[in-house]
Amino acid sequence: MTAEIGHFALILALMVGLVQATVPMIGAARGNAAYMAVAGPAAFAQLALVVVAFGSLMQLYITSDFTVLNVVNNSHTAKPLLYKISGVWGNHEGSLLLWVLILTLFGSAVALFGNNLPPGLRARALSVQAMIAVGFYLFMLFTSNPFQRIWPAPLNGNDLNPLLQDPGLAFHPPMLYLGYVGFSMAFSFAIAALIEGRVDAAWARWVRPWTLAAWCFLTSGIALGSWWAYYELGWGGWWFWDPVENASFMPWLAGTALLHSATVVEKRDTLKGWTVLLAIITFSLSLLGTFLVRSGVLTSVHAFATDPARGVFILALLIVVIGGSLALFAARGPSLQATGLFQPISREGALLFNNLVMATAAASVLLGTLYPLLVDAVGGGKVSVGPPFFNAVFIPLMLPMIVVMAVGPLLAWKRADLGPALTRLWLAALVAFGVMAATWAVMTDGPLLGVVGVGLAAWLFAGTLVELAGRLRLFRAAPSESLARLIRTPRAQWGMTLAHLGLAVAIAGMAGAGAWKKESIQAMKPGDVVNVSGYDFTFKGARSLSGPNYDAVAGTFEVTRQGKPMVTLTPEKRVYHVGQRPTTEAAIHTTFLGDIYAVIGDPEGDAGAFVTRIYFNPLVAWMWTGVLIMVSGGVISLSDRRHRVGAPQRRAGAGLAHAARA
Amino acid sequence: MKRKHKRLTFVALAMVLLGAAAALMLSAFKENIVFFYSPTDVVGKHIADGRRIRVGGLVEEGSVKKEPDAVVSFRVTDMATAVPVRYKGLLPDLFREGQGIVAEGRLEKGTFMADEVLAKHDEKYMPPEVAEALKKSGTWKEIGDRMKGQATKPKGTPK
Repeated sequence: MTAEIGHFALILALMVGLVQATVPMIGAARGNAAYMAVAGPAAFAQLALVVVAFGSLMQLYITSDFTVLNVVNNSHTAKPLLYKISGVWGNHEGSLLLWVLILTLFGSAVALFGNNLPPGLRARALSVQAMIAVGFYLFMLFTSNPFQRIWPAPLNGNDLNPLLQDPGLAFHPPMLYLGYVGFSMAFSFAIAALIEGRVDAAWARWVRPWTLAAWCFLTSGIALGSWWAYYELGWGGWWFWDPVENASFMPWLAGTALLHSATVVEKRDTLKGWTVLLAIITFSLSLLGTFLVRSGVLTSVHAFATDPARGVFILALLIVVIGGSLALFAARGPSLQATGLFQPISREGALLFNNLVMATAAASVLLGTLYPLLVDAVGGGKVSVGPPFFNAVFIPLMLPMIVVMAVGPLLAWKRADLGPALTRLWLAALVAFGVMAATWAVMTDGPLLGVVGVGLAAWLFAGTLVELAGRLRLFRAAPSESLARLIRTPRAQWGMTLAHLGLAVAIAGMAGAGAWKKESIQAMKPGDVVNVSGYDFTFKGARSLSGPNYDAVAGTFEVTRQGKPMVTLTPEKRVYHVGQRPTTEAAIHTTFLGDIYAVIGDPEGDAGAFVTRIYFNPLVAWMWTGVLIMVSGGVISLSDRRHRVGAPQRRAGAGLAHAARA
Repeated sequence: MKRKHKRLTFVALAMVLLGAAAALMLSAFKENIVFFYSPTDVVGKHIADGRRIRVGGLVEEGSVKKEPDAVVSFRVTDMATAVPVRYKGLLPDLFREGQGIVAEGRLEKGTFMADEVLAKHDEKYMPPEVAEALKKSGTWKEIGDRMKGQATKPKGTPK
């Protein structure tokens, strides 16, 4: 019964979606207020119906209803409750349902908070949101129904892949989807603005916070996924340029560019066409990402079922959404006239440079990801494009951007002089070269790129602090004035400063982990000692143990540095009861300078020997810390008052009342 | 500068960036593309030693030998031809005889020296390249009614 309720709710949501996709659009075209007013209630109705559908599926999982195929395939009675719940979105059908749930959630947010928007823009944006939702409803109902029954019902399910039974991964997909789908807001508003033929500062002020929120979620989602891969998979790496990782990284690159160009639209009323195009591209990449992951066209970690019907539907949907929106842009884009003019050397110019680099980077990642498909499609054989390709293309593109990133915030809007800005950065340059020299002296081996990366991180960090100090007039005005300026600094400004500082910390981490990682694979008998990066790992043997739904072999390593005991590591190799699937549980000890990381493999020969893998991963914790700082910057910027009172400025009078409500 | 000139400046900058990216990509494609071969191809096409390739197929039954110092040797087969593989490191959790795998590495005097071995995290799953290679050699049989699964990431020594 629960399954049928969910199924019917989904069908009803489709019907409501169809109404919402058409009626308000017609209303906006004819200026019919009654038609336009349909959008709000329809958005709430969609949300309610999808909540019912999602709740039903969750109920089916919690009660382990094995008459439903989806539950059979992805759950098991012995699974802990958390993973029964996360199992709901740990599969193709359920993840699509989560996608539309978030989509309708955002749609309702527009309906709820968008009273201050011009009615035409609001109606059209909600209409576009509903069109996206309709595409997904159709996809689910025709090719990926999560409520499909199975008869006869099996006694128990196939269980969720044990790799996915992990708290980090339980929250990774929802985070990622909040990011992907959050960009649909920018997209819907871009399309609505194109139809209206009008993009202005009020538009940007409405779009930017949603883009920023989406960006925060996406950044956290990517970091969670990377962190999970790092500690759960036991390969000691944190980024593999896997198609699925690329799928989430491309919208991130485009979304970051969008975030910066929307600032220009808001503050300077220029770069409008470009911003609208970026909004379209960002969401298109999010869609592509969702489907690359879910369609299984690429050999990858997350490759789910491959089904020709799904592939065709996905392709059709992508063509309609991307082709349609780009065609609309081609027709209407040129009419978006900019009023703000600026010189190439200016804040706008620097932001545009950021945009160009980010867009180029996203394009090269896209090409590298799709290249195997293209080659195969033209009969060129099976090829794979791996990390060496992406590193060779992506890193050189990013280096100049990081150099410019420290300079950009020091430039004035409209027209700036490069000279004074560079003069102010002398301290940052000194710090950067000092750090590079120190790194070069301490790290005798490893690639030069590591030294450059650490140096750039120092440059960006110091440069950002120089900008902050300049803004506070630190050391040039009385301390009390600096303090007053510190307190008055708008939160959006803090957001920028924190995000840039966070990126600097993260870059240092990536450079360190990439350049000076040490790895050692060997067979070890109890008592054997291996030295990695100055740490001595003594293997003390292995023992068996059993957990709630698995058995495991746990190895014990005692780690000492110059004879002083540091930590005892106990990596495990688990075999889950259901499906007898083995997983690796790495043991990680995090220090300021790096992670000590041990993995135990298969037994070798007699005498209790095991194959072991030991890593020293320098500065890994810096990456996660850096990302945390970046996201906190985004969150602080979101809490800025200007975002709350900003949107209504087009109708100044009504604005304040709504600001109070929001 | 006139508006038109300014726009031209940015267009030129964009062109330079795209050009640089294209150049980077072309050189990276030349050096970093890894082709996939079935064991039959490996033997039949006389692939030069030292070139980085991927080989995929089934792990031949009874061929897995553990050697000292964490080295594993086995044969990967498409049921028509088999190629000997040597690999040092931890094998994927689901590596076993009869399982479809993809190995990446270089040929050395007829032996494939792998530095990465990929296996799917589900015994029902077959990497698409392997499935196609088996179909080509005429030995494909449906492995499981459904292709569903999770892959493990590459194992081995990342460069």
